[in-house]
Amino acid sequence: MSQYFQPENLPAALAWLAAQSGQVAAGCTDLLAAETRQNLAGAILDITGIGVLSGISSSPKGWRIGAATPWNVVRDAELPAVFDGLKQAASEIGSVQIQNAGTIGGNLCNASPAADGMPALLTLDTVVELASADGLRLVPLSEFITGPRQTVLRPDELMTALVIPSQAGHGAFIKLGARKYMVISIAMAAARVVLTNGRVEEAAIAIGACGPVAKRLARLEAALIGQQMDRALSLVVPSMILPEISPIADIRADQSYREQAAIEVVRRSLAMALEAAV
Amino acid sequence: MTELSKFTELKVNGKTYKLQGSQARRLSAVLRDDLGLRGTKVGCDAGDCGACTVLLDGAPICSCLTSAAQVRGRDVTTVEGLSGNALSSLQNAFLRHGAAQCGICTPGMLMAAVGLLKVTPRPSRAQVENALGGVLCRCTGYKKIIDAVMDVDAGARPAMPVCGAAVGAALERLDGVAKVAGTEVFGADLVPDGCLSVRAVRAPYHAATFTFGDLTAWCRDNAVVSVLTAKDILGRNKYGVIPGFEDQPALAVERTLFKGEAVALVVGEPDIIEALDLAGFPVDWVEIAATLTQADARETADEPLHPTRKGNVLIAGKVLNGDAKGALQKAAHVARERVQTAYVEHAYIEPEAGVSWMDGDVLNIHACTQAPIMDRDTTAGILGLAQENVRILPAATGGGFGAKLDVSVQPLIGLAALVTGRPCRMVYSRTTSMQSTTKRHPGDMQASIGVDAAGFLQAMEFTGDFNTGAYSSWGPTVANRVPVHASGPYRMPHYFAQATALHTNGPSSGAFRGFGVPQAAILQEILFDDLAEMAGLDRLKFRRQNALQDGDHTVCGQQIFGVGIGECLDALAGPWQLAQVRVASFNAKSQTLKRGLGIASCWYGCGNTALPNPSTIRLGITAAGVLKLHQGATDIGQGANTVITQICADALGVAIADFTLVSSDTFLTPDCGKTSASRQTFVTGKAAEMAGLALRKMILAMVNAGESAAISLQDGKLRVNDGVTAREIALETLEQNGFGYVLMAEETYDPPTKSLDENGQGIPYAVYGYGAQMAEVEVDLALGTTRVVKITAAHDLGRVINPLLAEGQIEGGIAQGLGMALMEEYIPGRTDNLHDYLIPTIGDMPEIETILIEVPDPEGPMGAKGLGEHVLIPTAPAILNAIRDASGARVTRLPALPHRVLAAIKEARK
Repeated sequence: MSQYFQPENLPAALAWLAAQSGQVAAGCTDLLAAETRQNLAGAILDITGIGVLSGISSSPKGWRIGAATPWNVVRDAELPAVFDGLKQAASEIGSVQIQNAGTIGGNLCNASPAADGMPALLTLDTVVELASADGLRLVPLSEFITGPRQTVLRPDELMTALVIPSQAGHGAFIKLGARKYMVISIAMAAARVVLTNGRVEEAAIAIGACGPVAKRLARLEAALIGQQMDRALSLVVPSMILPEISPIADIRADQSYREQAAIEVVRRSLAMALEAAV
Repeated sequence: MTELSKFTELKVNGKTYKLQGSQARRLSAVLRDDLGLRGTKVGCDAGDCGACTVLLDGAPICSCLTSAAQVRGRDVTTVEGLSGNALSSLQNAFLRHGAAQCGICTPGMLMAAVGLLKVTPRPSRAQVENALGGVLCRCTGYKKIIDAVMDVDAGARPAMPVCGAAVGAALERLDGVAKVAGTEVFGADLVPDGCLSVRAVRAPYHAATFTFGDLTAWCRDNAVVSVLTAKDILGRNKYGVIPGFEDQPALAVERTLFKGEAVALVVGEPDIIEALDLAGFPVDWVEIAATLTQADARETADEPLHPTRKGNVLIAGKVLNGDAKGALQKAAHVARERVQTAYVEHAYIEPEAGVSWMDGDVLNIHACTQAPIMDRDTTAGILGLAQENVRILPAATGGGFGAKLDVSVQPLIGLAALVTGRPCRMVYSRTTSMQSTTKRHPGDMQASIGVDAAGFLQAMEFTGDFNTGAYSSWGPTVANRVPVHASGPYRMPHYFAQATALHTNGPSSGAFRGFGVPQAAILQEILFDDLAEMAGLDRLKFRRQNALQDGDHTVCGQQIFGVGIGECLDALAGPWQLAQVRVASFNAKSQTLKRGLGIASCWYGCGNTALPNPSTIRLGITAAGVLKLHQGATDIGQGANTVITQICADALGVAIADFTLVSSDTFLTPDCGKTSASRQTFVTGKAAEMAGLALRKMILAMVNAGESAAISLQDGKLRVNDGVTAREIALETLEQNGFGYVLMAEETYDPPTKSLDENGQGIPYAVYGYGAQMAEVEVDLALGTTRVVKITAAHDLGRVINPLLAEGQIEGGIAQGLGMALMEEYIPGRTDNLHDYLIPTIGDMPEIETILIEVPDPEGPMGAKGLGEHVLIPTAPAILNAIRDASGARVTRLPALPHRVLAAIKEARK
């Protein structure tokens, strides 16, 4: 018989995690999808009853998104244009049903190479807040996921929030799949740019589903700084991107295609962000 | 530590229920199993299909992905909560528009739509697509669902047609109310008290041998009621759909030939069976080398999978007419190509399910099916029962498309009920459904076609290897149908075609809408574009000038009449020209996105290929004046219940509202054959017409009325009025027959065909249907993605019995053709779920314009022809030809996934 704990406050959850090993459950859109039986097995810590883990708030320093915030809340939130890529990603996750249940923290903890939330969150310099009975720690998102289905989250820890620094700019996101809804990405890219006097002042570009973990394209970002818009797009060339990615061949696409598609989705997401920033 | 008291109550549709089981249980299971609210359907248990969509505080969620604990203190609304005493306006709109076909996705669609309409009462098409993007439908092509959601305010449904006006009326389906109310009883929805559950132990490898350990001990240790293996089968543990080809065991003996093949059944109390970890089942597997492709089958020809089938050849079909080789040598232009297609999964939203029980010495089986009589005969044969001791009560079937022609759960639950004496129920998981049931044959085909200098067809050579998988299923039918149809509906003076069905360790390939013809049509239509270009002809004109005409002979030497392909192509001539202008103007302004046009045709013979396939219809009037139509054709969503009744009503001359329908039940309805081969409207329709006419003649003769007299049945009174006198027939004074009728007609129709000789010459079918479709697509030259913008479909139905249902068939067929062209590829052991195996969502569907053509058939009822399979045949080739027109990409391996299209674009630029 499974043991199912659904606390209403964080300390109770952390105490439970400190006392035993178990599965943390939020929207269950990954957990129950992977379950072949009719119920979640084993010890379950359901965090959806913990109010402080859900919702979006802001302070002068930046933004805080509760880890158990469902994607529809992110999708429909009034947020600055720098979040447009993230909101676009939110609207392309699964289906409306999945967006109404699946959470932003769950997307990260599940650590799929094709997690739709990752690229945009990477471009926002997201830091994740991990809590345990011992206290809190902050880990940059770029260091949080270490491989397919692997994170630095300890068994006694819970992701409590995503912390996003205040920043300027415009964001964009592109997801490439073989159909319109409910599709696992073949490749995806997010971009955030800050334009000053027609030149790129800041650039953050990330790519997903083209390697074990989504990642920022540091070389390209560096090259973009100071460039004018049209020149910026011409920098999106294979040599800037291919060394950074390691796409696999699978049922959705072969490796060569992913390489070409990676360049194209990066170019398009950058173009969208630049256009929005003008 | 868990605050249990808070968790025990669920609020569903405003009613409070006590939760009995685990809080970790899927809400879908709680709703269906614990609360008995089975209007919510389960299609995948993975959030991939959306059939289980319910509202949680007004927002749509997948109830299969929600734990029971997560709905405490919140309002759950299911389909049962939509209608009180009357259907809601949305449910009425679904009926009015024909938005429900099989009905299995309907509750999920309705709930997703309600969630949208609460927030956005008058949504745009794009908003509807976004809101319904998470619910898959395999029948409708989504168009009528969108129309219904956008037309929710239009009010009441139209009245039934009056006497004599049934045929041709856009009548809503007669069996539709239960589908939109969520009260339809599908295979998984009937759960008798005390019912046991059945699960199967299945092969984990493509090919293996196995031995069982101590089953008795395992059975005892796990508190299972019974473990059943091949040893428990008392009849013949070999079955097949085609006489002479029986090769498949219900439970395998010593070796398994495909991944997912059943070797044992475990039967027991539902909670115990559900919780069992079958990984611990005492069976030792030894994996052996497997063959998965046609090439593998050829390479291992010396050691065939079935020892009696030399070279791994199940069967080869051939049609030879004239001297194709010689004529190709003399042709002005010859085009050649090789095309490879994938395994395609039927992907109906209802996984196979059913329940069985003993009633005296009669085994009753209520399960999803397309072929009740075949189910009865197969199950009786396996279990060693007399046919009259098996009663098949078909459940509402949540999509079939061919795969539910073969038995699935029937012999297994039959065995379980026989042995235990208790009702036994089995519901396949999505994975089991995909692994263990049939697929569309992958084809590896080559052809050469030649024309003269003026672009008139001279000759065609076609050879195809079809992967028929582990067991025979409908492989012989595919091997026979392909050579008969591979010419397309065109004049082909010299012809040679051969199709070979080869065994592999893949899943058995069986029947799938078109029986191999869609695969062959892809190759033929690709080559036609080459030939049109070589001959310097417009692609439509090329097809038109080669189209079959009345009185022509087919490649089988059959002279045919009522040929409508010319009319179909003519109907596209205007749209074709307009689209060319539209495409050119788009392309002039667009660099990365390019549009293109493609066209393709179809023909398809209705009914079995040169084999008997009769249907019998019984029509009777009781002493109380109730008119009953015994209609044994299973309606799997296509509309037989409605269309057959329409035909019968007009033949008898009685208003359709006066009919009481007795649907398929092997104890109550005569054999109407199987729902396949696009035969029900034609064959059963003809039997219904004959029965209606016979009963009419009988009634008129009783009162010496003339042929034009009107018959009416009102308030239990049968009256005949010839315009001069009105007479009542006193039904209560007539003698009642053994069926309980005082007046009855029963008529059988079997299409006249002539068996094919060794060269495939003869009369394979009595009736053919025709069609042509034009696709307009947009290809992203940098990403290789394809968006189908519009399909214009012209289909010749001979006589349109019901335009609403006909459009639904066409739109649904186009969706399946689009999937086959662009995304569907079943890879055994790899894509056995609905997130790796992709079918079109609502957002992938183009605008569809349907043009219904009526070129009456001399044989069909009231001139009608079949339609069901025809509709998907032209779609894939039209799309592929349009991709090539747009981008230059010549895709010869399906599906045209983005990476294949992009590679083909690069190849074309070389």
